[in-house]
Amino acid sequence: MTHTDSQTALNLSGPHRAAFDEPLALACGQTLEHYELVYETYGTLNEQRSNAVLVCHALGGNHHAAGFHEGDRKPGWWDKHIGPGKSIDTDRFFVISLNNLGGCHGSTGPNAINPATGKLWGPEFPMMTVPDWVHSQARLADHLGIERFAAVIGGSLGGMQVQTWAILYPDRIANAIVIASTPRLSAQNIAFNEVARQAIRSDPDFHEGWYYQHDTRPRHGLKLARMIGHITYLSEAAMGRKFGRDLRSALNFGYDVEFEIESYLRYQGNNFSNSFDANTYLLMTKALDYFDPARDHNGDLAATFAKSQCRFLIISFSSDWRFTPARSREIVEALVEADKRVSYVNIESPHGHDAFLLPDERYETVLKNFLSHAMAAPSDDTHHHNRGNDHAAS
Amino acid sequence: MRPDLALIHDWVAPGSRVLDLGCGDGELLEVLARDKQATGYGLEIDPVRINVCLERGVDVIEQDINEGLHNIRDDAFDLVIMTQALQALKRPDKALDEMLRIARECIITFPNFAYWRHRLHLGMKGRMPVSKALPHAWYDTPNIHLSTFKDFEQLCRMRGYTIVDRAVGKDGGIGHWTSRTWPSMLSRMAVFRIRR
Repeated sequence: MTHTDSQTALNLSGPHRAAFDEPLALACGQTLEHYELVYETYGTLNEQRSNAVLVCHALGGNHHAAGFHEGDRKPGWWDKHIGPGKSIDTDRFFVISLNNLGGCHGSTGPNAINPATGKLWGPEFPMMTVPDWVHSQARLADHLGIERFAAVIGGSLGGMQVQTWAILYPDRIANAIVIASTPRLSAQNIAFNEVARQAIRSDPDFHEGWYYQHDTRPRHGLKLARMIGHITYLSEAAMGRKFGRDLRSALNFGYDVEFEIESYLRYQGNNFSNSFDANTYLLMTKALDYFDPARDHNGDLAATFAKSQCRFLIISFSSDWRFTPARSREIVEALVEADKRVSYVNIESPHGHDAFLLPDERYETVLKNFLSHAMAAPSDDTHHHNRGNDHAAS
Repeated sequence: MRPDLALIHDWVAPGSRVLDLGCGDGELLEVLARDKQATGYGLEIDPVRINVCLERGVDVIEQDINEGLHNIRDDAFDLVIMTQALQALKRPDKALDEMLRIARECIITFPNFAYWRHRLHLGMKGRMPVSKALPHAWYDTPNIHLSTFKDFEQLCRMRGYTIVDRAVGKDGGIGHWTSRTWPSMLSRMAVFRIRR
């Protein structure tokens, strides 16, 4: 299939913009009176509206998950998985991907105008939480006439959104696929996020978040934040294999770039700091830190999932040290405890946390096979599990 | 269906919540869900077999039984099943204890090392038997704890477990008359139902 043919078969539609006037009450106590979400779709919604799949993005992601737009050199962030015949098969599924609130790729966020002041929201944009995002995504589903998703899928921060969907909207999701994620951040995770935030906030160009007013951007801080993040996304082995201790030229005993890994991190950091917004990075990392659905249930994760009705697939990667396989197993154990349908696989990979975005044959097969049973017919799946606690008497 | 699986099928009460340790390609769980409305999971470590489980719609959890089952609470299941895996475990005795902690009842099948062909092989040739039931050479076999009916029954007695049912299997089926009269010699496979 040629490039154009595969684009046609993917049926990429968008980016679209949906505007919402029903106020959205946020966990932080503030209310967004009006907001907009930018999204793309791939494939075709069937007549029963039972084949919709929501793909939730991670920290640096956005609505462009698959395919190419005019002039793109690289496809969307999850193009390996979304398309005709791929693991999320657009010949069967209607896939939706959006830019979350607070994002910097078109949805309402710090770079939008605050209607109350007529200025950019900037640092005054309210703190977002994962449940806030999920509520806004449910409104988008209403807008698109989708009552129940065949599946909601996401990696990392996206996996947190998937868990939240299963908890908050149990009757609107038939299958939940949680990839390289965690039920809550560890102190170490939060520590890395805090260093990233401090890098941004201490940049002289940050101006307490009002950098646009000063006609500048805290590029240096954002670059450092991304470099730290990037280290946690790779494994030591992957970094060693890719860069080793290779030198760019001879040692010159200074602080310029000498090792290949230094060059790589600076390059990645620079790219990111030119394309991403600092305020968005701050609020997304805070949303990660805040995520802890079990908090409302005295830390009991099994009780947290008590009302969930969907079938779960939990995927981890062996060399992921940001959200280790053990963190995924916590979710699995809670779901077993709660008598939910769950499958779990730990994919052998050298790529660390980044593995969830990279091609891998087993990963693709696991997703494809699991999704071969995913359709959102209203009575689907309800026969098999969820018998409550009637086994407890044994 | 494999003869030991067919027998287990008859022993499982409708609506049971089942954990299948080393569930392989998920055939048993699929059939039990269909015929007995059983629910539950398989535990498996082989990626290829896990893929087949997922393709069948069987819930499978990647977990190495050798690393214990401490993540599963007491009495979490009605029944724990382990077919043809006991002999490959590092500590079958501990696994048995764990199985009967997770559920009141378990069903276990394993190759019977006292099968006459195995005895003959060892007795006549003086070498470790290689057969259909035990197809590996001694150095590369996953079966590191081979046992006989009597060994297993003794372990159950020592642990204070009750053997509720016992069946034996030959080539084509399970519970053939010859194997019932002289099970230790004539049975290639042992199938036990045990309670604590």
